[in-house]
Amino acid sequence: LSSPAVVFFEVEILDAKTKDKLCFLDKICFLFVSDPQWYPARQSIRLDPKGKSLKDEDVLQHLPVGTTATFYFRDLGAQISWVTVFLTEYTGPLVIYLLFYFRVPFIYPPKYDFTTSKHWVVHLACMCHSFHYVKRLLETLFVHRFSHGTMPLRNIFKNCTYYWGFAAWMAYYINHPLYTPPIYGEQQIRIALIIFLFCQIGNFSIHIALRNLRPPGSKTRKIPYPTKNPFTWIFLLVSCPNYTYELGSWLGFTLMTQCLPVAFFTLVGFIQMTVWAKGKHRSYLKEFRDYPPLRSPILPFIL
Amino acid sequence: MASSEEDGTVEEKENNNKKRTKSTLATAWLTFYNIAMTAGWLVLAMAMTRFYIQKGTHKGLYRSIARTLKFFQTFALVEVGHCAIGIVRTSVIVTGVQVCSRIFMVWFITNSIRQIQSEESVILFLVVWTVTEITRYSYYTFKLLNHLPYFIKWARYNLFIVLYPVGVVGELLTIYAALPFVRRSGMYSMRLPNKYNVSFDYYYCLIIVMLSYIPLFPQLYFHMLRQRRRMLHGEVIVEKDD
Repeated sequence: LSSPAVVFFEVEILDAKTKDKLCFLDKICFLFVSDPQWYPARQSIRLDPKGKSLKDEDVLQHLPVGTTATFYFRDLGAQISWVTVFLTEYTGPLVIYLLFYFRVPFIYPPKYDFTTSKHWVVHLACMCHSFHYVKRLLETLFVHRFSHGTMPLRNIFKNCTYYWGFAAWMAYYINHPLYTPPIYGEQQIRIALIIFLFCQIGNFSIHIALRNLRPPGSKTRKIPYPTKNPFTWIFLLVSCPNYTYELGSWLGFTLMTQCLPVAFFTLVGFIQMTVWAKGKHRSYLKEFRDYPPLRSPILPFIL
Repeated sequence: MASSEEDGTVEEKENNNKKRTKSTLATAWLTFYNIAMTAGWLVLAMAMTRFYIQKGTHKGLYRSIARTLKFFQTFALVEVGHCAIGIVRTSVIVTGVQVCSRIFMVWFITNSIRQIQSEESVILFLVVWTVTEITRYSYYTFKLLNHLPYFIKWARYNLFIVLYPVGVVGELLTIYAALPFVRRSGMYSMRLPNKYNVSFDYYYCLIIVMLSYIPLFPQLYFHMLRQRRRMLHGEVIVEKDD
């Protein structure tokens, strides 16, 4: 019996842009970059300067390199955790909407300060909007399992501007003293509320189903399938039903409030989610040979 | 094209022929388009000059060329299409922003707010636009015909240094002059209460448009300066080889 051969690697790490040699490691077992400013989350190490980043789990021995390897380092810029970004971008709309709902001073003419709307649909809308964002915050804390730890810092400014800006724009009109309730009155509001609640439960069911696909701490990817929960049966027709239900919720909210800014927000969100859904669908198709052919990215049979 | 002969399969030959016809068609269309646009803006330049020489004043000049201006400036929208289908190698967004800002000035400012049509600032930007467009479209035309006179290239990459800021001044002064008329008439605006639960104030929208020149203009200007340096840098290398 001979002892297993130990393989030593010589590795040099070059800057992806300037090709300067950053370090040369001989007989190494793992990579490091010495300056603490370049914390691991912002390092991108890759085999080709223009290629994809290597993952944390990649093992040197299993990479397509010989006994000398050249890696390229790219600085991803300051990073921030996904959890922090989600918590910030969702707390904003929750608080901002309430400021408008309670008619805090300096928004509407002073005689309306701290008054309440005489339309009951306005109270209902506030409850729905707040419920939606509380649900998102709780899901971020307890349900979601993120495959990436961090994203670039500038994203938090971009995302918060989007969420907070739209929340303020919508809330201003819904809670305005001159708000006009929906044309078809109670009927319209009732249908809208049913759609909204149905899609909120659906969206939550999908998040739970996706969480259960992935055991804690793992980053494995599997095809999601319908479970015993009827709200997940939509997986038969759609790759990203969480986006489908999200669209449904906002369509419900638009119908409930009959407010053009809400419709606009729904449209912009739909466009963004379609882009994400198509990307996710494409990567499912690439990764899994036996991916169900009946599924569409976001809208059954259509998109 | 010898390699495509060697490739052999009928399908490949057909595809290559399709590509060739498409690019010949594209070149033919683009050449026609750029000649037509050069001609159009030349007509505008001559009409403006003739009016001023005959009448001695700029009052009423805009009205006399308004239809021609609207036609040729609006037709420039097809340039966005050119970028989108790829026959012109420019970003759709950059072209889109440039054409939209022109359309905005023509249709939503000078066309709809008659009282400012006799402002001097209007003549200022019209002159700038005319010179710029004649230079630009003739540059593209000659480039497509593979016979680019040096002075056209020089004009394209140097005149903008003065014309661009002057044009911006003309546009901003015109929008500023339009503000009181917009406020008084309440045009393009929507007040509460209404069944869509939205409001829009064109007056404040115009103020935001004016403010947006502050971040946008330097970016476009420095982009043009960088392009210019690249073209001049290229020239230097050729001379050395000679």
